[in-house]
Amino acid sequence: MLELVRQPWPWYTSGAVIAFVMVLLLFFGKSFGVSANLRTICTACGAGKSVKFFDFDWRSQTWNLLFLVGAVLGGWISAEYLTTGEVIQISDATLSDLRALGFSGPEGIQPEEIFGLQALFSLKGFLLLLIGGFMIGFGARYAGGCTSGHAISGLSNLQLPSLIAVVGFFIGGLISTFILLPLLF
Amino acid sequence: MSKSEAISWYRIQEMFRFQSFHMYGIIGTAVVLGIIAVYLIKRFKLRDFQGNPIVFQPKQMSLPRYLIGGTVFGLGWALTGACPGPMFVNIGFSYWAILVAIAGALVGTYSYGVLKERLPH
Repeated sequence: MLELVRQPWPWYTSGAVIAFVMVLLLFFGKSFGVSANLRTICTACGAGKSVKFFDFDWRSQTWNLLFLVGAVLGGWISAEYLTTGEVIQISDATLSDLRALGFSGPEGIQPEEIFGLQALFSLKGFLLLLIGGFMIGFGARYAGGCTSGHAISGLSNLQLPSLIAVVGFFIGGLISTFILLPLLF
Repeated sequence: MSKSEAISWYRIQEMFRFQSFHMYGIIGTAVVLGIIAVYLIKRFKLRDFQGNPIVFQPKQMSLPRYLIGGTVFGLGWALTGACPGPMFVNIGFSYWAILVAIAGALVGTYSYGVLKERLPH
């Protein structure tokens, strides 16, 4: 049994778990959306004093902040106890595309070229993460949600705005993948 | 999330290159099950654990907001290979570099709050 949990899970298990989390939150009178936490953290840091958008009672969102704590803990448990240390199995086509860009093959689940310390302390690597993160935070709030709020919660409720947002996610993602990454690497 | 490798930059690259079914399978399964669950909740008017009806807030229609916002989000998603949830799972995996992206995301969120009134919605 433990052996089964340790191996990488197939997509349908993970998809089912995500749907279960969403339904669980609904039954607790909440809704599934991770990026709202970024706003909550800004408010908790005092952003509500100067900007109206952040002026709300952030303590009412404590449950969602706990979701983040859970995400960190879940990641830690998974990394510490529930892994076989296997190298991630990505498709050969992706592998050869990334090699052509100068990425070495995967050793863990993240590429050294972006998440390694050497990359972090180079100007390019630091700015990539900072600006990439900036666009995620800015875009998520502008669109009113991220992957969980739009692609999962929104589409489950058959919301057209969410579909438009998901189309946007892909427009941006394709530009980054096929134009920005080849320029950067 | 981490057990199906959805937190991996490589998996996100596979998805945006349309070279693997993996991520589409994860999101697809979640959405199909989600649609069924939401339908059942509405059909049988189910209540939450405190007895309040479960209500779904319809999202306000707007094209520029979702399209521009979504595109900006997608640009960042494909670069860093992480959306807001997986960012935090990566901390658990000791990929400390992700803290820079989280800092960026907080500055991005703050900037939106400042510029909100001047953006088309």
